[in-house]
Amino acid sequence: MSAESLQFVAGGLTTGAIYALVALGFSIIFNASGVINFAQGEFVMIGGMSAATLFASGMALPVAIACAVGAAGIVGLMLAKFAVGRARRADVVTLIIITIGASMLLRGLAQIVWDKRIHALPSLSGHRPVELFGATILPQSLWVLAVTIAVVAMLSWFFGQTRLGKAMLATSYNRLAAELVGIDVRIVLLASFGLAAVLGAIAGVLIAPITFVSYDSGVMLGLKGFAAAILGGLGSFPGAVVGGLTLGLLESLAAGYLSSAYKDVIAFVVMLAVLLVMPGGILGARTSARV
Amino acid sequence: MLEVTRLSSRYGRIPALAGVDLSVGRGELVALVGANGAGKTTLLRVLSGVQPAADGIVRFENSDITGASPRQRVRMGIVQVPEGRQVFGPMTVDDNLRLGAFMRPQRETNAGLDRVYALFPALTNKRREPAGTLSGGQQQMLAIGRALMGKPKLLLLDEPSMGLAPRLVAEIFATIRALKDDAATILLVDQNANAALSIADRAYVLEVGRITLAGRGDELASHPRVRQAYLGL
Ligand SMILES: Nc1ncnc2c1ncn2[C@@H]1O[C@H](COP(=O)(O)OP(=O)(O)OP(=O)(O)O)[C@@H](O)[C@H]1O
Ligand SMILES: [Mg+2]
Repeated sequence: MSAESLQFVAGGLTTGAIYALVALGFSIIFNASGVINFAQGEFVMIGGMSAATLFASGMALPVAIACAVGAAGIVGLMLAKFAVGRARRADVVTLIIITIGASMLLRGLAQIVWDKRIHALPSLSGHRPVELFGATILPQSLWVLAVTIAVVAMLSWFFGQTRLGKAMLATSYNRLAAELVGIDVRIVLLASFGLAAVLGAIAGVLIAPITFVSYDSGVMLGLKGFAAAILGGLGSFPGAVVGGLTLGLLESLAAGYLSSAYKDVIAFVVMLAVLLVMPGGILGARTSARV
Repeated sequence: MLEVTRLSSRYGRIPALAGVDLSVGRGELVALVGANGAGKTTLLRVLSGVQPAADGIVRFENSDITGASPRQRVRMGIVQVPEGRQVFGPMTVDDNLRLGAFMRPQRETNAGLDRVYALFPALTNKRREPAGTLSGGQQQMLAIGRALMGKPKLLLLDEPSMGLAPRLVAEIFATIRALKDDAATILLVDQNANAALSIADRAYVLEVGRITLAGRGDELASHPRVRQAYLGL
């Protein structure tokens, strides 16, 4: 592989990992409730903006990041409790519209709480690029990949081993049966929004040092994450990771070898192609196989 | 143990139950028979708390549980095997059973698993297989096993023999019988009225949301109206 293509691949994997984290949030909420949460991108923005402003106000970087992720988690819980939870008996379309409204509200609030300017967050370990087989890689890219791997490992432990995780999975497979064994599906809904918000915020604080952050930077990341989730198969966790990395790579290669003008178009082409050709996504056979 | 008084329920504006009175005593096996759409599943759903009661009272062990959540009812010991089995398809047989014990203390789980695998040996070598790959009969055993993991005081069974081959139907009914002999309290709904009535202590006939006949199992099995409408005789 040439140094140039290695460079594109490294860049693609970095943004792909971010998309994967956002896509995981979409799938977790979709599994728990059947809802597509269009406020997922705002969790990313809240994470990045909170971390940037807390750091700018003098907080140590790791503390600012932890507080930002926690704050986004609380916003996620509040969204589940006051908006989605209230309308529990409403149909899924209504709930989806509620999340669209919530995303607009959160962007509006962000302009009031913060401003319309672009904010920066320093990298976790400096900006001096590392040389790797001829490609120059930002240390933050390595952080993005390492943290994403750690998050995926923790999620598979959570869903595979813990009581709450298994309850969430069971609810996604069969809501009625989950209620009949005593699982509180309202707690599952809350937990799914909290978890998705935390994942989004982690994506936000990881990407902010690379791309900056502003009140509306969640819009594009939310859509890209959604495209990644569709590509991998909405509701599938391995699918979210595969979809995210694939989309990141496709974008990076298209921008590198064709024209950077194509970068943002890729996600939408991919999304349309998947919906037309294989609606289940790469790893999403589960929902369609279920009878 | 269970007393249902004037119970009504509806889907939107469509009534499904209209003033049902029914009781189940400790250690009894009570059968509920009725045509398609009579409201049998709706009654069990209301008893489990996954469907609201529009009117009436449900009492369990002398306390009013009409407004209790599904979770509270499972904790009190009302456990349902729902219509159509409803196993957690992609999860293993073992995980399905463990989830059945969701409301029980963890230290009971292994003893519960041993008990279910002893009751249904066919599930033993499928422990690590996804539940969705089991045959219909095995899925029904799993659904019953999952309910037993919740240590039911009152077991609600909705159409446990639906869609099964005759040999398996006999096996499932033999199991229900064994559970009854083991002092379980059971409310059984089944389209196989003949078999259900023959193992029941008492039975009710439900027609369009109302109880129209009640009596001992063998009495109802020989009742002319029941013979004509549900036994095809
Ligand atoms: N989800 C629902 N929405 C609207 N109406 C429903 C719903 N479920 C059941 N009903 C209606 O309520 C009535 C009672 O249905 P229920 O499923 O309780 O009958 P059942 O006795 O269990 O019938 P079956 O033998 O077919 O299982 C029927 O008229 C049915 O059409
Ligand atoms: Mg029914």
